[in-house]
Amino acid sequence: MNQNLIILPVILPFIGALIGLLAPKSPNTQTRIGIATFAATFAASIAILLKVNTAGHLTLLLGGWEAPFGISFVVDRLAGLMVAVSCLVGLAVAIFSKDDLESSLRSNWFYPLSLFLVGAVNGSFITGDLFNLYVWFEIMLISSFALMTVGNTKSQFEGGFKYVAINLIASAFFLAGLGLLYGKMGTLNMADIALKLSVSPAGPLVNSSSALLLVAFSVKAGLFPFFFWLPASYHTPPSAITALFGGLLTKVGVYAIMRNYTLIFTQEADFIRGTILALSLATMLVGVFGATSHFDMKRILCFHIISQIGYMTLGLALFTQLAIASAIFYTAHHIIVKTNLLLIAGIVQKKFGTNDLSKTGSLLKKAPWLAILFLIPCLSLGGIPPLSGFWAKYSLVKEALSLEYYLTAGLALIVGVMTLYSMTKIWSEVFWKKAPEEEKITFNKTTWNSYLPVGMFCLLTVFIGLNPQILFTYAEAAADQLLRPNQYIEAVLSTEYIDTIRKASFAANTLNISENDLP
Amino acid sequence: MLLLLSIFAPLAGSMASPLICKGSGKAAPWLMAAIPAIIFVGFIWHLVGQTDADPIFVSLDWVPSVNVSFDLQLDGLSLLFGILITSIGTFIVLYAGGYLKPKDHAKFYTYLLLFMASMLGVVLANNTILLFIFWELTSISSYLIIGFDNEKAESRKKALQALLVTGLGGIALLAGLILLSEAAETYKLSEIIGMGSELASKPLAQFALPLILLGAFTKSAQFPFHFWLPNAMAAPTPASAYLHSATMVKAGVFLLLKLNPIYGDTAFWLVSLTAAGAITLIYGSIRGLFQRDLKRILAFTTMAVLGMLVMLIGQGSSMAIKSALLFLLGHAFYKATLFMVAGNIDHGTGTRDVRILGGLRKAMPWTAAAAMLAALSKGGFPPMVGFIGKEYVYKASSTLDALGPAITVTALLGNALLLSLAFKVGIHPFWARATEKQESQGWSSLLPGQPHEANLLMLAGPVILAFTGIALGVTSQFWSVGLIASSVSTATGIESLSKVYLWHGFNLPLLLSVITLTLGIAIYLSRQSIWRNESIGAYIADRDSEKAYDFGFRKFIESSKNLTAKIQNGSLRFYLWVILVSGGAIIGYKVITIGVFGSLPEPSEFRTIHLILGITIVSALTYTAFTEKILPALASLGFAGLGIALLYAYFGAPDLAITQIIVETLSIILILMAAIKLPTVEKRVRKKRRIADIALASIFGIFAFLLTYKSAQLQIAATISDQLADWSYALAKGRNVVNVILVDFRALDTFGEIIVIGIAAIGVSVCLDPLNSKAEQKSNFAPIGGSPILNYGAKLMLPICTVISLALLYRGHNEPGGGFIGGLMCATGLILYSLAFGTASALKKLKLDPIRWIALGVLLAIFSGALGIVSGNPFMTGIWLPIFELPFLGTIHLGTPLLFDVGVYFVVIGFATQCAFAFQTTIEGPKSNPLDFKKSI
Repeated sequence: MNQNLIILPVILPFIGALIGLLAPKSPNTQTRIGIATFAATFAASIAILLKVNTAGHLTLLLGGWEAPFGISFVVDRLAGLMVAVSCLVGLAVAIFSKDDLESSLRSNWFYPLSLFLVGAVNGSFITGDLFNLYVWFEIMLISSFALMTVGNTKSQFEGGFKYVAINLIASAFFLAGLGLLYGKMGTLNMADIALKLSVSPAGPLVNSSSALLLVAFSVKAGLFPFFFWLPASYHTPPSAITALFGGLLTKVGVYAIMRNYTLIFTQEADFIRGTILALSLATMLVGVFGATSHFDMKRILCFHIISQIGYMTLGLALFTQLAIASAIFYTAHHIIVKTNLLLIAGIVQKKFGTNDLSKTGSLLKKAPWLAILFLIPCLSLGGIPPLSGFWAKYSLVKEALSLEYYLTAGLALIVGVMTLYSMTKIWSEVFWKKAPEEEKITFNKTTWNSYLPVGMFCLLTVFIGLNPQILFTYAEAAADQLLRPNQYIEAVLSTEYIDTIRKASFAANTLNISENDLP
Repeated sequence: MLLLLSIFAPLAGSMASPLICKGSGKAAPWLMAAIPAIIFVGFIWHLVGQTDADPIFVSLDWVPSVNVSFDLQLDGLSLLFGILITSIGTFIVLYAGGYLKPKDHAKFYTYLLLFMASMLGVVLANNTILLFIFWELTSISSYLIIGFDNEKAESRKKALQALLVTGLGGIALLAGLILLSEAAETYKLSEIIGMGSELASKPLAQFALPLILLGAFTKSAQFPFHFWLPNAMAAPTPASAYLHSATMVKAGVFLLLKLNPIYGDTAFWLVSLTAAGAITLIYGSIRGLFQRDLKRILAFTTMAVLGMLVMLIGQGSSMAIKSALLFLLGHAFYKATLFMVAGNIDHGTGTRDVRILGGLRKAMPWTAAAAMLAALSKGGFPPMVGFIGKEYVYKASSTLDALGPAITVTALLGNALLLSLAFKVGIHPFWARATEKQESQGWSSLLPGQPHEANLLMLAGPVILAFTGIALGVTSQFWSVGLIASSVSTATGIESLSKVYLWHGFNLPLLLSVITLTLGIAIYLSRQSIWRNESIGAYIADRDSEKAYDFGFRKFIESSKNLTAKIQNGSLRFYLWVILVSGGAIIGYKVITIGVFGSLPEPSEFRTIHLILGITIVSALTYTAFTEKILPALASLGFAGLGIALLYAYFGAPDLAITQIIVETLSIILILMAAIKLPTVEKRVRKKRRIADIALASIFGIFAFLLTYKSAQLQIAATISDQLADWSYALAKGRNVVNVILVDFRALDTFGEIIVIGIAAIGVSVCLDPLNSKAEQKSNFAPIGGSPILNYGAKLMLPICTVISLALLYRGHNEPGGGFIGGLMCATGLILYSLAFGTASALKKLKLDPIRWIALGVLLAIFSGALGIVSGNPFMTGIWLPIFELPFLGTIHLGTPLLFDVGVYFVVIGFATQCAFAFQTTIEGPKSNPLDFKKSI
């Protein structure tokens, strides 16, 4: 059954971006186009979320070509959730930017570029084709690079250059893995690859591709030791842009890992899962060390992104339904909370002209409401109950303990306390402390457009915290789908095609490899 | 209902506090105090009305996925704690109303009531995780309260210390509770406890015990985790009074009592609780001796009392538990009183330094009375409730077998020290002769303020609670069954109905009591000489475990700074190395764990041409790697690219070869344009590094070669491309398979790629022309100028290129060509024109700004795809018009894929012209060195 609905989260932002490019360059026009498009996209994503929750899978065979011959789009519960959350982030940042970004940025490229970015992010979530995923990655890379350097300052170019250089290396790894895989499997459709591998005894033969792709996705996700691009660049653009990046970019890498290593590379998985586990733990630790070492609000938050990514991939490495559900829960929670914190960093920066913690202070007294709005995501990130972050961490630790991964659970808990520590550093320095030269600081008023998305994210954080079961139920259903790749395969490929492939013999002797070579 | 109310009412009060305090002004403390008061009445109602000891339950589903339900339970133990929390809480709220400035009320009540709600949650929770949730909330709310005076660095530091110590204990507790629940296969606390000592024999539960104890000990300030508690004195006095008497620190004791039925019989429990408790008791009271600040003295006595409680719980016998509960009850009332007394003294005199206090009884008669009663209760004088507590401690310790004597001696010493400390706070300031006494008044002239009695709000608490201490002592046999016996039942798992009596006749405990009193008073009387020997106190304090905490904290920050500086060191080269080496390591790890399958295939036929091309490419690249000048590097790079294009051509992929050549040329030209602005690369890269880089690159190259070489032989499944070739003309109406793949089978990829180049064009604009000034206003690139041949040629070429490009575009579907190549052709004409006549004239020919061409092109591509939707098919489904004939042009077959290709054509024109024009207009300008990227981290 073809669902044109699921093309909308990709196409709508693009149309909005293109209209923006054609429209007059006035800040108001551009802002209106941007916000309206993001709102429409968000509405579409909610429609998809509701539909996929009942239907399980939504597929679209582009151009009407039967899979695997054309490109397929597939939305399962995981993709549906990710699309909805990323559209929400886009909408929130669009509203926030109205007053936060200088009008020269808004009148020019900001809205079209961020729409391109969100469209590509959605494309990465929805696509069912490995090469197509590469294309979305490229759009993400180039649009985020342009957004990063949009302010044209030297530090932005410096950061942006490192960002691009490292990500291009990732692209090379991606292409290498993809090329080898296509050479062996003769197809790029993810369901088709999964099907062919599942009926073939030759699964171990694609492990080079599997490792190459893992490196590529790890760079995108910001896992240790591949994350360098993130702390080098994220703090340089205006906060609204950092918030957009922080909420979305790394999560695409996490999603790609979740997708590929549940659907395609499921054979000989011990090696991959062991690697992911080790990378996750190292990432959690190194990220939080980075956060404790810095004294700048935005940089602290950026290092936290890395640390938290470790938790998400950790859930995948444990590979049980609850562990994967926790990882999904974690990802959704993290996007909401992290975007929010970076937006608040933007408000703080507006007030003081800097995010350097030694120059801030007094905000509990001067802006008590902002203090509350900060405290909610701050404590949530630190895993304080009953906010969303607690549930994410708790379920992960619970599952790790019951699987007897004691060291892992202990590390996850300790990193949680370190995270809380570095968040209290922000609270203490921005809100509690008396600002140096308090009398001289003007404390700009924050407008409603800035508070609106922040408040909305706070409400959402509290809502998830008080009703985590809603998200858990959904995440468990999503994890269940991930653990049954056949459902995905059957949703994409026709029954006849599957039968043909299954009947066709892929016996080892047709493969130029002898029986003895196989494990 | 009562249970839900007792958690949600304070919670609601906490949130509404700013509104209530703003709206009701002076009445606010009374309104806020009504919340705990009402709950207190509810508890008492339950206590009185209850005929049997059946607990009451609430059970609501919450998060079944992770075994968390909103289960509450009111048993004997939680009732006792609930009554303490709410009764003392009521007076604390009132007291705070008098103690704090009105502007601080809202903030304080928010924190305090949150704290109260969390504490009630801890004692009522009947689900292990729910208990932990409230437990963490007490940590957070105490963090906020301790840091209440938030502009003082000291307060912030102490708040953080408390949070970190209890937070670390908290995570241990969480792990312990999960393990315990997993061992019990239920998360319901009452069921877990119901399993009793049987559960303790399971390995998981044994593993859980140290973790749970870590949580309880940090929270209840047991040595060596105690130091945060005296430091928590940074909190405002009402908060300290509450934290110390009824809440926070008692949470750990509560948990120990609660788990006693499970672990009470284990040796680990006995040893660790006894040891930790005894050390804490003695250490705390000795540290207290040397203190001069009233609040710090009290803090150390709290620590000591907690030690006593933990030690007693460790004994596990019914009598020991009973004595612990009585001791706890007495402590709650006198400690709250004494803290409020300390607050009143501070308020009235401006100091809490006990050495200059004295003779205040006349100025503060009510406070003095309350202080005296509390001190006597704390000292264990009859008929106070404190006396009963002490009596039962001795009763319990004298009935123990093995450890009995040791416990008795420890308890005796501890009690005596506690008495002396109690007198120091409760008696000394009012009754002692002040140093440098003023003749007329009786107090010291060193006092910063003129002593005066506190107001009603601040007296209500201490006076009423102090008198409660007597009342409870005298009436013990009436309340003890409902309150203590049922708690003992909860904490031992054995039904207990015995009453508590004030008077037991002349026996060993009484004798011990007398010794305690004598010893304690003796220590009190020698207080001046103890203060004179402060150096001993300082000596001990210097060796406190807090130093270890400070050291660990400092090391943690230092090492995280070092580590981060090492890893994120700003060098892109380092980053790339780490990524490549680690990526290689992962693949190598795969080879080791999974192994290599099959052998390398025999090389297929090998021709000279392969060798020549290979050598050419490799030598060109070697030159690129070694040269230090940018132009030769680019040229040789381009040369290698051409070599690759030839390889493509040789292996029968003309489309690939053409594309490779065009892209290679275009990118070299663009980089050259940029390179004009760059300074020459000096010898800034050291030779050794360069060789290492080349080695790494070569290893990767060889590795990639081996992988490709090997996998070329491994065709696991038939490729889909044969099918595409079959369908190309039959279904997709095009003979040029490459083009059909680009605009039909995989049109979405092409769609993505034209967006990429569209954004790249924007990126060029962002980088070179950030403000996007109108084309007309730009510094118009001066035409190379004057050459009539160029002018004429350019004028001629423009229409020719345009026509050829259109032809390429149209025929692309069937023969080599297409939108991409066509667009480049058209752009070439325009760029040539701009070289001759300047960018402004070329833009005029283009009619629209290049970026708008790109936008139009992509929109056209979307439109062509959307036509598929309109026809009821998936996005991008091709729709074809019937074939018709036109003169000159022959057979015409139009369809949406062609429209899509037109979109590509527009985008390419826009992209190429945008890049070229932007470089042309900015070619003049100052040279900068954008490669100097060392600084950004």
